[in-house]
Amino acid sequence: MRRILPTLLAVAALAACKKQDQGSGMMSPNATGPIVIGEVGSMTGTEATFGLSSANGIQLAIDEFNAKGGVKGRQLQVKVLDDQGRPEEAATAATRLIASEHVVALLGEVASTRSMFMAPKAQQAKVPMVTPSSTNPAVTEKGDYIFRACFIDPFQGYVGATFAHDNLKVKKVAVLKDVRNDYSVGLAKNFIDAFTKTGGQIVAQESYSNGDVDFKAQLTNMKAAAPQALYVPGYYTDVGLIARQAREVGISAPLIGGDGWDSEKLYEIGGEAIVGSYFSNHYSPDDPSPRIQEFVGKYKKAFGGQTPDSLAAQAYDAAGMLVDAMKRANDLTGPSIRDALAATKAYPGVTGNITLDQNRNPLKPAVVLKVGKGGKYEFVTKVYPEGMQPESGSGGDTAAGGTKTGGNTAPAASPGSTPATGTAPAVGATSSASEASNTGQKQGVPSAEHPKK
Amino acid sequence: MAELFQHIINGISVGAIYALIALGYTMVYGVLKLINFAHGDVFMVGAMVGWYVARWTGESQSPSIGGALLIALAAMLVCGTLGFVIERLAYRPLRNSPRLNSLITAIGVSFFLEYGGQYLFGPNPRLFSVLPRQAGLHVGPVSLGYVDVVTLVVSVALMIALQRIVYHTKIGTAMRAVSFNSNVAALMGVNIDLVISFTFVLGSVLAAVAGILYASKYPTVQPLMGLMPGLKAFVAAVLGGIGNVPGAMLGGLVLGLAEQIVSGYVSSTWRDAVAFGILILVLLVRPTGLLGRGEAEKV
Repeated sequence: MRRILPTLLAVAALAACKKQDQGSGMMSPNATGPIVIGEVGSMTGTEATFGLSSANGIQLAIDEFNAKGGVKGRQLQVKVLDDQGRPEEAATAATRLIASEHVVALLGEVASTRSMFMAPKAQQAKVPMVTPSSTNPAVTEKGDYIFRACFIDPFQGYVGATFAHDNLKVKKVAVLKDVRNDYSVGLAKNFIDAFTKTGGQIVAQESYSNGDVDFKAQLTNMKAAAPQALYVPGYYTDVGLIARQAREVGISAPLIGGDGWDSEKLYEIGGEAIVGSYFSNHYSPDDPSPRIQEFVGKYKKAFGGQTPDSLAAQAYDAAGMLVDAMKRANDLTGPSIRDALAATKAYPGVTGNITLDQNRNPLKPAVVLKVGKGGKYEFVTKVYPEGMQPESGSGGDTAAGGTKTGGNTAPAASPGSTPATGTAPAVGATSSASEASNTGQKQGVPSAEHPKK
Repeated sequence: MAELFQHIINGISVGAIYALIALGYTMVYGVLKLINFAHGDVFMVGAMVGWYVARWTGESQSPSIGGALLIALAAMLVCGTLGFVIERLAYRPLRNSPRLNSLITAIGVSFFLEYGGQYLFGPNPRLFSVLPRQAGLHVGPVSLGYVDVVTLVVSVALMIALQRIVYHTKIGTAMRAVSFNSNVAALMGVNIDLVISFTFVLGSVLAAVAGILYASKYPTVQPLMGLMPGLKAFVAAVLGGIGNVPGAMLGGLVLGLAEQIVSGYVSSTWRDAVAFGILILVLLVRPTGLLGRGEAEKV
């Protein structure tokens, strides 16, 4: 017993020390310096514009909040780490931000695969994470600390299928997906489900791996099936090369894709081959809604005249949503911010009003854009999820009311085969996104009305 | 049936580029018994130089045949010099050390070029447009891209030229002599250093052309672009029989065809697996390659 006692004391002392350490670790978010938010993004690599645009959007939002006095009297600071587009690097970066920078929350990644590598780290450390643009449903299923600011793939696949069926009036579509990318695989599956439901036929299914440069074999097979359109839910570098090679093997059908196309590099790499193709996206900078135009103006001013792509807009919204929650939270600990985030209701984002459902996914409309001459994206139509009315002023702009929703005044100029220019959603709808999503409608099973003329 | 022809044509066009790169591997191996893993990165440098020259001359805006030739010459010049420098600085000091040292040095040079390239050029892919974009040939349902035609013509011409250099010139004879037995060749008055330098320069020049062709075919360039084609060309060289010039050409074509047929009829996911499966198979069944001759161990 005499021997045991000192040992016990020593253990107790050690435990106390350890507890103190933990305590000081936990204390850091309540210090007086700037509040640090971590961001992980692909600042370099084949998807570099994803990371760079997102970082710009986040910086813009944070600067605005800081100018308005920050959160709880403290300024905000963003710490960005580059993952070079590699999933393992994203996980390492998340760990580093949590462990050595003591960030109160994480923003990122854009790519679903990389977000899924980050998510367990955030969940484990009880640090809330908001991904601006990862649309794969599995991302937020990683845990209750993981949130997103964008719609999810089942809806985006549905948008592509609805558009192909209703607007392009095609019956035979071939699908080319990136098998090493959760986003692409998920989107392809959801497109196929939705498209076959509309009575369409998938005439060929092929795959490639991210980083491939030769797609001729797959495209040759697809050509033999004579598709009227190609669904290519990949990222812009690959899609640009695919478009070129599709034209080279003699496929003239338009390509349809998702938000992974959104980069000015798409046209730089795809050139004329990509002109006349369509993709679903989160927002269009051509949308005349005042809320969007204000954002575009601010962004251009801050970043040397660059037009914000949807990733920048999403990142701006994700940062806004996070800071909004931090303001509402009781304190700046992980659990408090998490609870506040989960209660997000009708947050007025640029890309639409954001209300989170019980799975921490927002319910939002999508736009379909056409790649026009010279690589300019032309607004074609807007598709709403089930149970959601077009808000007044695309994005639920309460001040605007009336016929602001994109489409009616958007570039009606898109010539030729654009079948649905000027599809103006119902006018003057007052129901906001929040009401719509409160009907308990589970997102991901949208059977929505497509706002057609 | 039309698809099969299309797959074959695509395969030959990819294979021709693999063959051009494989020639560099095989010549260096033939002369030095060294696998120059930096070869794929010399190929990348060729494409990068092409990109810069194209921008500098305004060629990327309005591509022309003359401009493409100028760009190819510039890339060949730079890569030839680079090959010379690599041999002089990295391999020559180690020529008499164990072979493993040279091999590890080759991997080091490869990393140096890749990550030096990332530092220098930035890691983002850039659009490469050098050859004038023209409609390809369409024969029935089979189409042949303009770049593919150029690739084929250039590759075949270069391979014939190389064959002539190796078998019908004095330096070629010297190369073969060094390859056969460098000590005896030295005793016969062959300048070994010169021959080895020449081999590196020749291989690097071919890599530069391959780089320009590859970047025109898949119009992007980035610092890690040499990695995969380099490895594939290595497989092609082993497949044909490393150290054997016609073997490298055959190996390149076989590998290109195998890849396209596999991704056409099985799945593109299996493409790389098949390429490297071929390597393992060749090493197990016929280590000397398709055209390689077994060498009796000298005692």
